[in-house]
Amino acid sequence: MALTRDQLAQRVAQEFRDGYYVNLGIGIPTLAANFIPKNMNVMLQSENGLLGMGQFPLDEEVDADLINAGKQTVTMVPGAAIFSSAESFAMIRGGHVDLTVLGAFEVDCEGNIASYMIPGKLIKGMGGAMDLVAGADNIIVTMMHASKSGESKLRTQCSLPLTGKGCIKRVLTDLALMDIEGGKFILRERAPGVTVEEIKSRTEGALLIPDHVPEMSFA
Amino acid sequence: MSGFDKVVDSYEDALAGLEDNMMVIAGGFGLCGIPENLIKEIKRKGTKGLTVASNNAGVDGAGLGLLLEDKQIKKMIASYVGENALFEAQMMSGELEVELTPQGTLAEKMRAGGAGIPAFYTATGYGTPVGEGKEVREFNGRHYILEEALQGDFSIAKAWKADRFGNLMFRKTARNFNPMAITAGKIAVVEVEEIVEVGELDPDEIHLPGIYVDRLIKGTFEKMIEQRTVRSA
Repeated sequence: MALTRDQLAQRVAQEFRDGYYVNLGIGIPTLAANFIPKNMNVMLQSENGLLGMGQFPLDEEVDADLINAGKQTVTMVPGAAIFSSAESFAMIRGGHVDLTVLGAFEVDCEGNIASYMIPGKLIKGMGGAMDLVAGADNIIVTMMHASKSGESKLRTQCSLPLTGKGCIKRVLTDLALMDIEGGKFILRERAPGVTVEEIKSRTEGALLIPDHVPEMSFA
Repeated sequence: MSGFDKVVDSYEDALAGLEDNMMVIAGGFGLCGIPENLIKEIKRKGTKGLTVASNNAGVDGAGLGLLLEDKQIKKMIASYVGENALFEAQMMSGELEVELTPQGTLAEKMRAGGAGIPAFYTATGYGTPVGEGKEVREFNGRHYILEEALQGDFSIAKAWKADRFGNLMFRKTARNFNPMAITAGKIAVVEVEEIVEVGELDPDEIHLPGIYVDRLIKGTFEKMIEQRTVRSA
């Protein structure tokens, strides 16, 4: 079975470590905040100038001056800090954020990512995504393995305008967890019940299949 | 008061000298921390042909979106322009020129503009449409593109609290692009929720010194929320 949105978020959360500063993109990455293990302290960075983002506010706590990068009202955790956008991207570009999780339209086996524009169709802008992929060393891209019509999003070469060049090393899809190395996707884990053959048939880019590919486990 | 008193009494005075075809740098992220009354004053004035640098372009009927209604903006420099149907229509028809700029690069362009740095190298955008036509240099085995600083004829921004000398404090994530936007304007106009007497702010707690501020005005704010998201108790 392909992973649900919650399972994708849960698998992302398995990459968290105690003491990590993490930037979560809009969508599935944001959901990963719901699965931070209880015995772990993770500080969420929101690129509009907040380190230590908390949960959504109660109705009476809503503050128009306190939002996240998706423009949603949020709260702050104890120990939070506020700063300008320039300072925020100094943190990001300077490599101070431990883990970045973001979505994409396509990733290719050279580590290129396309996530911000579909010419003639969707031109909303890259927001902070280009800075995030250029600045972070530890990035996980989460996305669907194939489009609704079955077309692979794990390409030999991205067909859409790039957000970043050669910067993605790890991709989590609804079918598999893969690393990108030496011009190939390397299959690391399968979604429970999904076969290597199915992953292979839905991956356009070069795929290296190790002898043993374990199923993901969700405790 | 002394020559350091930055307070003006009307929005008309606050934006005196803003003319057609000028470059304006605006603070704010989404509708959070935007200079909402200064934007309304530009609309009232009817200034046209503006180039505006701001992270976002407001939404339909609010923020910088108001200036699109009478086609006052000629060119927009922004990182994200979704949630705005009028913007999209004017962009698609070619009436509005758009320079999409990565968010961190935009913030740094403003910071550099205010800090006397004409350009800087960043890895952001290398190998993408943003890097096309820009100078590339390699440092320690990585590629970087040359990005030029931004300076405005005017900057418009919002802070929370100020003293009459224009020393500023911001509140929560309404800080965002405001400090850099202010530094990058030849004439920096800031609207605030409260103005206190000189000496009342702790010098250690000032977020941006008044040296960057030219005009200061006290306003009342609507503070619209784009995505009101709550949890239940």
